[in-house]
Amino acid sequence: MAKRSVVPFGPQHPVLPEPIHLDLVLEDETVIDVVPSIGFVHRGLESLVKTKDYNEFEYVAERVCGICSFGHGNGYAEAVEKIMGIEVPRRAKYLRTIWLEMNRIHSHLLWCGLMADAFGFENLFYQCWRIREKILDMAELTTGGRVIYSTNMVGGVRRDITPEMGRAILSTLDFIEKELVPIRRTFLSDYSVQERTRGVGVLTKEQAHDLGCCGPFARASGINCDMRLLGYDAYGELEVEPITATEGDNYARCKVRLDELFQSISLLRQALEKIPEGDISVPVKGNPDGDAFVRLEQPRGEAVYYVEGVGDKFINRFRVRTPTFANLAGLCETIKGAKYADVPLLIVTIDPCISCTER
Amino acid sequence: MPKSRIMAFTWATVKNLFSKPVTSKYPAEPIAYPEGSRGHIEIDIDDCISCGICEKSCPPRAITVKKPPEGTWGIERMDCIACGYCVSVCPKKCLHMVEGYQTPGGEKIVDTFQRPHMGEEYIKAQEEKKKAALAAAAAKKAAAGNAGTAPAAGAAPAAKPAAAATTQKEQT
Repeated sequence: MAKRSVVPFGPQHPVLPEPIHLDLVLEDETVIDVVPSIGFVHRGLESLVKTKDYNEFEYVAERVCGICSFGHGNGYAEAVEKIMGIEVPRRAKYLRTIWLEMNRIHSHLLWCGLMADAFGFENLFYQCWRIREKILDMAELTTGGRVIYSTNMVGGVRRDITPEMGRAILSTLDFIEKELVPIRRTFLSDYSVQERTRGVGVLTKEQAHDLGCCGPFARASGINCDMRLLGYDAYGELEVEPITATEGDNYARCKVRLDELFQSISLLRQALEKIPEGDISVPVKGNPDGDAFVRLEQPRGEAVYYVEGVGDKFINRFRVRTPTFANLAGLCETIKGAKYADVPLLIVTIDPCISCTER
Repeated sequence: MPKSRIMAFTWATVKNLFSKPVTSKYPAEPIAYPEGSRGHIEIDIDDCISCGICEKSCPPRAITVKKPPEGTWGIERMDCIACGYCVSVCPKKCLHMVEGYQTPGGEKIVDTFQRPHMGEEYIKAQEEKKKAALAAAAAKKAAAGNAGTAPAAGAAPAAKPAAAATTQKEQT
């Protein structure tokens, strides 16, 4: 038996700004065991909820994460609406869908950039973020914020998308689609990139299922799970086909996310075409009394929201099960048996969002 | 499965050589913000009534409202999360979200706005108002007294025997 050594990874590491700590047990260059620990940015959201009005908490819930922000706000708003029995206008549902998909495009492009950065392809990294800037501009045009939209509220949305804004989004989508084609080609067929992605960190379908993985991470292992199929917001009226791959390695994860970018572009086009006229919000009266679960598909996977109200204006319980938390077990499984130099890359491939996970 | 290729990224390298930079020279070239950009909060302090609804509804509690006679409205710029909830709850619609982001820095910036005609002027005005109200009430009373002497005088004796009866009952 070779000599074992324990190497700490994180909480600060150049590959990602988020504080995750891993104790890597190495045997020569191979990782044989890994012990994750999180808890560096815990903010106490579940206690904070008791001090905020339920309308006000919407803006706090949205700030759980800086990337998948709109989804968190949407999950909270939908849970409160479910408790109070509010039917949101159809136009508001379409607007939410549009913003969720814009959020997904910018999150996936961010991931592509981080992935390129992790395997040391700086130019590709900047190309991804150059395109991402366009979708951030569209977010600022339609909502007023670049990453935190703050347009959601209990009972609908606060801002409308005018036909001019719709046309601006469509022309931006054309630009993004055109620019994405060569980037996808580079990610999937470049010889040097494949050296870092093919066959690295394989997670089989059985392992992914047993460890309860979700999102693009699980879909890359062949599990057909996509919460958008539940038909929340306007997804029931749009064509959503989950994108899966079978290899379960880094290459498959790249492929799934890159193809999801094209899928999101198509969903945005469908939504902008089908969006009905009408009100964007309904007045809300009373206080939530009861509890509700809501599941939705974040860019990183399935997120679960639980809200419990006790009849006054303060929410009693609010809990978020974030996709990164579900994927951490899968991450540890992929790292076991990998080379030490591949560990940063493997951590990036689950698209970790530790701030979301710790709240 | 796509073929493995060498130099799949050559397009970008060639394009970069013959194109202008994508980034703008920011401090030299000003940025055009889209309409409705949520940069920072501004207040029309003349319209403010110091109701304090914005203070109570602010998620990070960045707003401090001091009721008259101070009559100030203050915001901690570094605490503000630019959600715009105060703008939507303001009853006088005197808060606005305008473009231009808060510049980063190491110190907390508190911007305080003073409502006009506050302080001693306000106290004086309030006292005068009180005096005027008292005078008006006295005048009204006097007017009512002159007009309704007869019914008041009639009602008092009617009440008196009843009161006397109860006291008698208690005694017995």
